Amino acid sequence: MLRTTTARLLEDVLTDAARATLTDGAMPPELWSALEDLGLPSALLPEEKGGFGVPVAEALSLLTVAGEHALPLPLADTMLAGFLLAKAGIEAPQGPLTVAPAAEVTIDGGGRSTGSAWNVPWGRHARSIVIVAETAGGPVILAVPQSSVTVEPGANMAGDPRDTIRFEAAAAARAPAPFSLIEARAAGAATRALMMAGALRAVTTMTTQYAEERKQFGRAIGKFQAIQQNLAVLAGQSASASAAADMAADAVADWRPGLTTAVAAAKIRCGEAAGVGAAIAHQVHGAIGFTQEHRLRHYTRRLLAWRDEYGHEAEWARRLGSYLVAAGPAGLWPAITAV
Amino acid sequence: MIHFTFPSPPACPEGEAFRTEIRAFLEKALADRAPIDRAQSWNGIDPAFSRKLGSLGWLGLTWPKRYGGSERSALERYILLEELLAAGAPVGAHWIAERQSGPSLLRFGSEEQKLAILPRIAAGECFFCIGMSEADTGSDLASVRTRAARTDEGWRVNGAKLWTTNAHHCDYMILLCRTSPVDPERRHAGLSQFLVELPWPGVTIRPIRNLAGEHHFNEVVFEDALLPRDAILGREGDGWKQVTSELAYERSGPERFLSSFTLLVELVRALSPAADERAEIAIGRLGAHLITLRRMSRSVAGLLQAGANPALEAAVVKDLGALVEQEIPEIARDLIGGEPRTEASRKFAEVLAYTAMHAPSFSLRGGTREILRGIIARGLGLR
Repeated sequence: MLRTTTARLLEDVLTDAARATLTDGAMPPELWSALEDLGLPSALLPEEKGGFGVPVAEALSLLTVAGEHALPLPLADTMLAGFLLAKAGIEAPQGPLTVAPAAEVTIDGGGRSTGSAWNVPWGRHARSIVIVAETAGGPVILAVPQSSVTVEPGANMAGDPRDTIRFEAAAAARAPAPFSLIEARAAGAATRALMMAGALRAVTTMTTQYAEERKQFGRAIGKFQAIQQNLAVLAGQSASASAAADMAADAVADWRPGLTTAVAAAKIRCGEAAGVGAAIAHQVHGAIGFTQEHRLRHYTRRLLAWRDEYGHEAEWARRLGSYLVAAGPAGLWPAITAV
Repeated sequence: MIHFTFPSPPACPEGEAFRTEIRAFLEKALADRAPIDRAQSWNGIDPAFSRKLGSLGWLGLTWPKRYGGSERSALERYILLEELLAAGAPVGAHWIAERQSGPSLLRFGSEEQKLAILPRIAAGECFFCIGMSEADTGSDLASVRTRAARTDEGWRVNGAKLWTTNAHHCDYMILLCRTSPVDPERRHAGLSQFLVELPWPGVTIRPIRNLAGEHHFNEVVFEDALLPRDAILGREGDGWKQVTSELAYERSGPERFLSSFTLLVELVRALSPAADERAEIAIGRLGAHLITLRRMSRSVAGLLQAGANPALEAAVVKDLGALVEQEIPEIARDLIGGEPRTEASRKFAEVLAYTAMHAPSFSLRGGTREILRGIIARGLGLR
């Protein structure tokens, strides 16, 4: 129900015509309010804080819908920020929020925070930037207000803002984080896995339809076995990414010690599917898909960007591989079935 | 357009206690089984081991009790299969009978056939082979030429089946053949299935050695072999429908992504106690693929349990599973090398060579890669 409503809204507001008027990195207030009117940015919050009261995995599945529409807004980032803050007992500020995937922070004797963070999604538009940092006393979570930061704009491959932010002696809401840095990173990686799965689903639909419409040599190119075999691979990659992303959502919802293992597997699998899938989609679309005008780029550029965010395949593979090798020959299978 | 959906695998709390029980049994039963034997995966044959599983009630786990089954769930059976395969247990003797022939009998067999045969399969005392492929019939199964003609007493069969795995160890073959001439408009009509007891007069079994030199395959020649009237399985002319109805069972199980698992275990042993960065990344990536495939395969088991027919999803699992099974020997070779320098690495190299030599079959058996992708493309509406 929630997914259907969200999909309908995004179809209405993200028409090809509406996208054409959007400049990279802009965040038209009416677009964000449309999401807020449905309550989507608060979807992961507890019900008493404005959430829907649906299971966490179901709320997270909204991100596959966001990916399916190549949503150029910080929905995942706001949901994630609120989710992490709620776990630490900090009230989530109103408006768009974000989480810094990597940061350096020092906290002075007076409790003021100084530091910087890189590749912050939509940093310039966020009311608060959530940072999880290691301190001598253990991991802490901070919400640095927009008013305390300076922003150096940057962008990912899709043109979505990935900014560098700096702050000095900022008064940030702060609490001990009841999770580790790597768990927070895994939660971020799960959001990207879910969006990649959604985008791959859309790309599979779009590419299959195109193969049915485009005619060469007197027939639809989808009638050629070479194209059919490629589309079968694309569909398989898309299905694998969906299964892997669901696994990541379940792991974030359960938040048990196996979290990082499940999310590592999902981020690796979705990242690989994104690379293979985007390449096939472009191959089938031919030159027509290789233009700024064609909507395929909204998806494939994001697929390629999301692969790298919150840890690319090799980063997570090294972590997962080291865990599996440490499990040893006798422990390998039990480690796999424990996920 | 259809999207292939793999719903979350259903929870199976009773299964985890069963898994512990299976692991304890296998640790003891396979204590002396060498890696090179474990590497045979579901080709490893040991009738005594099959009988042992039968005596535990672990064959035909989901079948009705009156046919020798235990009436447990498909998800529990899934746990049993994946544990057996991951441990490299010798399940080859009963594998086809338990996976495919038994379920076919349950679905299409007469009450007499079911009562006579199923309890013996469940006891691990009756093994089956599949008589489908022929010299000129591989992927295009409807082109079979072996023919059964009606006689006063039953059927007279002439023709030859090829690539019949383990026919020389089996008590029965389920034979697919023509019972009416080919109708070019309806190629799938006129096929029927028969239960052929082995050995049988007029049926000759000849070995075909595989690339590794082993004898698993056979040619099975029928020369005026006379079958009784009640040898027919199911209905005359329904052969195509009957063979295709089992594909989801045949293509989605854990044997479709665990064929090289023993090599991965040995690779981890060779890399232990600590691997370098390149090896960790490679192992992590393979782990991610296996973890995802296992979720998809369990999801299909859940769909089967719920009575759905996930034939398309099964084709996806098999296509992707074979890719990973075939990558494992390549990656193992890349990380360790295939040329042994020590006694330990000699054992690793044996397992690597065995798996590398069998890898080509992983994307041939049970539906080639191209056929599976054709099925997936049909599911997408392209054919």
